[in-house]
Formats: sequence, C-alpha cells, structure tokens
Amino acid sequence: MSSNADGYTKNEMMISASARTLAGERVCFVGVGLPNIVCNLAQRTVAPQLQLVYEAGVFGARPARLPLSIGDPTLVSGSTAVTSMFELFAFYLQAGLVDAAFLGGAQIDRFGNLNTTVIGDYAQPKVRLPGSGGACEIAIHARKVLVIMRQAPRSFVEKLHFRTSPGHSGDPEHDRARGWFGSGPTSVVTDLGTYGFDEDTGEMTLLTLHPGVTLQQVRENMGWDPKVSPGLGETPPPSEEELRILREELDPGGVYIS
Amino acid sequence: MSKLATMRDAIAELVRDGDTVAIEGFTHLICFAAGHEIIRQRRRDLTLARMTPDVVYDQMIGAGVARKLIFSWLGNPGVGHLHSVRRRVERHDPGPLELEEYSHFGMVCRYAAGAANLPFFPIRSYYESDIPSVNPNIVPMRSPYDGTEVYVVPPLRPDVTIVHAQRATEDGDTQIWGLLGCQKEAAFAAERVIVVCEEVVPEEVVRRDPNRTVIPGIVVDAVVQEPFGCHPSYAQGYYDRDNAFYLEWENVSKDPETLDSWLKEWVYDLGSHAEYVEKMGAERWEELRPGERLSGQVNYGDYS
Repeated sequence: MSSNADGYTKNEMMISASARTLAGERVCFVGVGLPNIVCNLAQRTVAPQLQLVYEAGVFGARPARLPLSIGDPTLVSGSTAVTSMFELFAFYLQAGLVDAAFLGGAQIDRFGNLNTTVIGDYAQPKVRLPGSGGACEIAIHARKVLVIMRQAPRSFVEKLHFRTSPGHSGDPEHDRARGWFGSGPTSVVTDLGTYGFDEDTGEMTLLTLHPGVTLQQVRENMGWDPKVSPGLGETPPPSEEELRILREELDPGGVYIS
Repeated sequence: MSKLATMRDAIAELVRDGDTVAIEGFTHLICFAAGHEIIRQRRRDLTLARMTPDVVYDQMIGAGVARKLIFSWLGNPGVGHLHSVRRRVERHDPGPLELEEYSHFGMVCRYAAGAANLPFFPIRSYYESDIPSVNPNIVPMRSPYDGTEVYVVPPLRPDVTIVHAQRATEDGDTQIWGLLGCQKEAAFAAERVIVVCEEVVPEEVVRRDPNRTVIPGIVVDAVVQEPFGCHPSYAQGYYDRDNAFYLEWENVSKDPETLDSWLKEWVYDLGSHAEYVEKMGAERWEELRPGERLSGQVNYGDYS
C-alpha cells in the first residue's frame, strides 16, 4: 500500500470524502467498483440506516464480501428484496424512491454532464466505452447524484464527445422546470478535492482541496479554469475509524484502497 | 410432453442463421454453454440482443457469429473491455459490427413490450441525452392525458431467447431464484425459447412452490440439462461466479491470436459442455461451490 507521509493513500482519502456525502441518506443506488466501497463505508459510519440498492435487482443488500461485479451472489443472500430489473427501474428508480446514486464516467464537463459512450466519433470511435447501462435514467431520477472520479485533463473536459447522462444545463431556470427528481449532480469527489455545483449557474465549484493538494494541481488536471469557492477549505483527512473499517473490514486485500 | 433435448439438437433445430438471439441473465445465469454450441455449429449473421453483452458475446462475436448487437451496457463487469467487440467497432476488424444501443431501462421495456404484445413502451429516460440522436428507434412522445413528454421504445421480439435456470421440469416449467434480470420478459417476448437448467425436476417439485416459477412450459420449446452451463457466470446456490476467469479474459480477448487459440481449445475441440466441465477439472468446481444458506418454508395451505 503506497501511503503518503500522513499514513493514508489517495484512494482512502477519496473514498472517505465520498462516503461523507451520504450522511443522513436513506436509499442509495450503488455502482460497482469505488462506489461500492464508498456506500459500504457510509453504512458503517455516517449513514447506518442506508439501504443499498443494486441495479441488478436487489433492495437492502448486506454484502458479506466486496463484489467484483454488480451482480454478485453475495448481494442476494440476506437482502431485503430481490426484484426483476423491470420492477427495480420502474417502481424504485423511476418512481422516485432513490435518494442518492453514484455515477462516474470517462468524461465529465463543468455542468456535470457525463460521457460513458465513446471517445471520438460515434460511428467509428477511437475508444468504444460501455454505454449508458442505467446511468442515463439514474441521472434523471435519483434525488442526489454523487460523482466519484479520478481527475485528469482528458476526463475533466471543456466539451464532451457524447452526452450519455444529463447534468446541469447551465440555465438553472431550465433545470428547475425539468420536473425531474434530480436535475444534475450535487457533488463531485476526486483524488484532488471536492466540488459542489453553484446554485445560480449550475457550474462545478471547488469546495475543498485534499490535504497536501494545491490549486495549481487542480488547474493542471482539468480542461477548463474551475470556479473556486470563496470559502475554499481543506478536506478533513480520513479518520482512524474510517481507515480501520476500510483496511480491516471492507478491503483487506487492498483492491480499491491501495 | 417431454421437451428434453441435447444442447446440440436444441441449437441445431431452434437457432438459425440470421436470427435475432437473446441469451439473457444479468451477471447471474448467463448460459455460456449455449453460446459455445452456437459457435461450434458456426451460425452466421446473427443479431445478438442482451442488456449487458458480457464475455459470452465477446466470445461469440470473436468467433464471427454476429453481424449486429442490440444492448445497453457493453463490457467485462468490474474488469474492463470486450476486445473482440471493440476491434469490430473501432477498427472494423475483421469487419464492422452494427450497434443499436439503449439504456438498461430502455432494453428491459423493449422486452416487456414484446412480452405484452404492445406496439411500444413509454419511459421517462433519455431526456437531454445524446442517445436518441444515434438511435432513431428512441422517439419522444407526449402523453395524451397530461402532455408529459416521455420517450418510447419499440418491442423487442427475439426469434430465440435462451435462459438458464436452477431447475425446470421436462415440460419447461422453470424456476429461478437469485437475480432475475429480464429473463421472464425476454422469454415471453420470443418466438422460440430454450431453457437450459442445472437440474431437471419432477412436476411435483414445481407445484410445491409455484411462486418460484418464472417461465411456464407453455412458452418453452426445448429443455436442456447442462450442469455448470453458466460458467464463468454463476447459478445462485449451485456455483459461484468465477471472477478469476473474468479477470483472465482481459488478456485472452486483447490479442486475436490468443482468442483464436482459446476458442479452439475450449470450444471447437470439445464436443459438448460436459467435456468442458471435465476439462476444467473437479478442483475448480470444488473452489466455486458456495456454503449453504437455506430459505425458510412457507405454508401454501391444503384446501382439499
């Protein structure tokens, strides 16, 4: 494990900061990979009442191991309900029962629109990415969309190559008139800092820098000049308890936290 | 009437060149055994439909059975890419692959419309997304009641749907537990249905627990018993997902020559899935065997 001088890794910082954004939430739609460990950490810290929903058709999962895939059998055993995917998307997500959901992508723009479809031209792309999966409808129906992504100039871009999942439009009046449960991400957590979205413009705004990270580093790792909160602060580092849960209970093999 | 068949006969009779074929199952119960038999019988020009084209479709597309893919998420879950598919799409190597893509809910509702004999299905997805701009089948429409804008998707009626199940009777009454995916919708939507199962059970077993029946024999054309037929996918309570296989697939699929030799060794040179099971070795199956976690029992009541 490559810890820094303070004794934790970049991933541990990103996961802990992201888990805190779930404080008080009740129903969370979980994605595979980092969101999975984030949600499980939140359930053990800031959101003990959190019900984990998996698009594979599981409500109230209690995974006994960290699943590699989003349809692991451990999600079923001991869960509250197993549903068909039609029911999960229609009755739970589209009907507004999901409070929070995690999304990521190959590209995000300053308004939180996400691309998980192609890099390059659609007809003959440079890189063919997985596509929407449930992301397009999650972006529309989850009451809070939380983004977790590593930051780089090729992923934080001025212009998306394809808009798979809608974020803010840049016109808050338009966003309010959409009538969706959500209407754009509420937070973005990266390996460098945390962002919110400006209420008047819908623009991604840097709120905190992780300990040891500079504003210069943030600027070098995105494709536009970011809006910075006047009250720019420092992200609290992972607590001993967060680190203990991550290392001893959730990811003893160090798959996600290393 | 018994519909029991060998995999070879079921595929030979029910899957034809040019068909639209859906092998469904969301992570769980993906029938690799059927995919391999389709490869062995060298079907061509198939349109493959699946919410999540997974390693099984990477194998089939790498083997050249398909000309088109209908899907909503394309990848090796938790691992990365499907390289056979990417080569076809990005470099047209060895030829282009036509894509028709939806979101997950859009695909589920296509099957639901097919199953319910509806002309389309309305959903609240695709708003302000670029997906409809690359798929003219996704069309905006206003509700005749309150004017709400929805998008509609057309029914998907596969020529053949193949589902794997824990157990079925020889008539095709099929019981599944664990993740249900969209198998019920995909089966009812199809012209022909092949059920592959871990165990063939007497009718009495099904009648004792009718709530667990997902697909009735009335829509099923053939029943094939093929233990471990989902590997490296899994069957809840029977064997675990072989995550190591999914991780290793990245290296197999990346290089066309490695892929070809994998297909030769594990598909073309074997006569059946039983030979695959034997070749994989008893130790592997032992490693994948889960512990026991039984459900409780309910009282359906005796009303005689």
